[in-house]
Amino acid sequence: MIVHTPHPDLPPPSTSVGFIGWLRNNLFSSPINSLFTLAAMYLLYQLLPPFFNWAFFDANWIGDTKEACTNDGACWVFIRVRFNQFMFGFYPPSQYWRVISAFLLFGGLIAYLLIDGLPKKAWIAAFTILGYPVAAYVLFYGGFFGLPVVETYRWGGLMLTLILSTVGMFFALPAGIVLALGRQSVMPVARSLSIVFIELWRGVPLITVLFMSSVMLPLFIPENVRIDKLIRALIGISMFQSAYMAEVVRGGLQALPKGQNEAAEALGLSYWQSMYLIVLPQALKTVIPGIVNTFIELFKDTSLVMIIGLFDLLSIIQSSFTDAKWLGFSVEGYVFAGLVYWIFCFSMSQYSQHLERKLHTGHKR
Amino acid sequence: MTENATQQESTKHPIAIELKEMHKWYGDFHVLKNINLTIKRGERIIICGPSGCGKSTLIRCMNRLEVHQQGEIWVDGIELDDDLKHIEKIRRDIGMVFQQFNLFPHLTVLENCCLAPIWVLKKPKKEAEDTAMHYLERVKIPDQADKYPGQLSGGQQQRVAIARSLCMNPNIMLFDEPTSALDPEMIKEVLDVMVDLANEGMTMLCVTHEMGFAKSVADRVIFMDSGEIIEENDPESFFSNPQSDRTKLFLSQIL
Repeated sequence: MIVHTPHPDLPPPSTSVGFIGWLRNNLFSSPINSLFTLAAMYLLYQLLPPFFNWAFFDANWIGDTKEACTNDGACWVFIRVRFNQFMFGFYPPSQYWRVISAFLLFGGLIAYLLIDGLPKKAWIAAFTILGYPVAAYVLFYGGFFGLPVVETYRWGGLMLTLILSTVGMFFALPAGIVLALGRQSVMPVARSLSIVFIELWRGVPLITVLFMSSVMLPLFIPENVRIDKLIRALIGISMFQSAYMAEVVRGGLQALPKGQNEAAEALGLSYWQSMYLIVLPQALKTVIPGIVNTFIELFKDTSLVMIIGLFDLLSIIQSSFTDAKWLGFSVEGYVFAGLVYWIFCFSMSQYSQHLERKLHTGHKR
Repeated sequence: MTENATQQESTKHPIAIELKEMHKWYGDFHVLKNINLTIKRGERIIICGPSGCGKSTLIRCMNRLEVHQQGEIWVDGIELDDDLKHIEKIRRDIGMVFQQFNLFPHLTVLENCCLAPIWVLKKPKKEAEDTAMHYLERVKIPDQADKYPGQLSGGQQQRVAIARSLCMNPNIMLFDEPTSALDPEMIKEVLDVMVDLANEGMTMLCVTHEMGFAKSVADRVIFMDSGEIIEENDPESFFSNPQSDRTKLFLSQIL
């Protein structure tokens, strides 16, 4: 007869935990892995020091003209001198405060909504969706409360990029959800309309959409009706991205087990109740990476508006390269543009990962 | 008060479910053929048969998760047809428990139980929570109320699913192979809850292969094969003296 005595828990061997354990597991787990680690280290050694020398140690920071750039490194003076234009386009400098306060207000509202555990979020959300667009319109465009009108052709730079992408996201997500539900609908009319819309917009390049909205559309509408170029671009971008969003959301709807719908039906929930309470919360959660991916794409795709003559961040930086006083600084310009795009896209990606962790309720299937 | 209401209902409709010459097809495939079945209030029915015989489809037709194409289905005196009002009324009267539990993984146990009472029956939140806790106590897991389904064992999840259905105060309960996805150790805890429910007089239809459960609680056992009811009898006679050869073969293989 065997009598069982419980074995005590022992500490793991020192080579499998801590810093040494981490090195062994991640960098030197096999000969090939060790080889890659060493090769990568050599590559970094070759690339990083020259870059840091160019970008920081040998760079020129002080001055107002091209002549101030005497060192070998980057000439950041160019970016500093042009900074306001890169941010605001041709917006009148005396009115910059309007743009800044509109974005600060937006940032404050979003931050309030994203921080966990603050009270009265429903009201703040309602204001962000219903009230804020009006406030933003008044601040950006003016014409009320004695604010002078600033026509949209003067808008530009990062400000325009942010407006295009925010409005695009604001419309694309709800429209995408409706289209995805429509495509799965049992009603033939709703289904066909959704499929036609999605396939039409998804099959056309965004450049074509923007070009059509700017060049072809005015030919079809009466001459006395004038739709602002920015509005046309916004409609084009929103339509285009809702089609993409619809397919992302549909992926989430299909990943949901059929039993969830059946359980909701068996409990007596109506179609809209089960969509709102059961299906969408789960489907949207599974496609957070896809949704954020589409948002990031949208953010970067807004730079295509340059072909219809709108000066977003990238195109205003590019146009500054032709300034006779500042020839030859395109590298600095592109590095700066890249950095700004990266900061926004990386923040979105970080937030999406935070959201995934927060919404995870331990139901790996 | 609840019991009074149920009793009134039962005096109104002594027949809980009635199927008359019901047929169903999946495309060209004739899944259910000429089903005639009358279930009296308070009856406990076990449906068994080989897989693919249509037993799950049969009970899924009773709350319109599947649509029958021919014949009639009556539940508590209401005909189950295309009228959304009828479907809504019937789904409130019938609770259903699934093989895969189908709890809502993004909601806690308590929220799972309160959802339908709040949104369908329009109960105040407090009242719905009290009812939910009452039924969670009956299935012996009140302490798990704030956990998510993913944190519970299969047996616990299935008991939550039963409590969730009971929160709607149904007159009839349908069980679609409730123990087939469970480990042997957990089957008993779910069956115990079902036995309790049967002893309280709930009208139950249960698709199951648990023959011990069938023997102890069923009023009638129905055996199906290829979409037809082959044999129906009280459990005593069904197990000891099966009539058709198909039933004999089936019983010899599972017992």
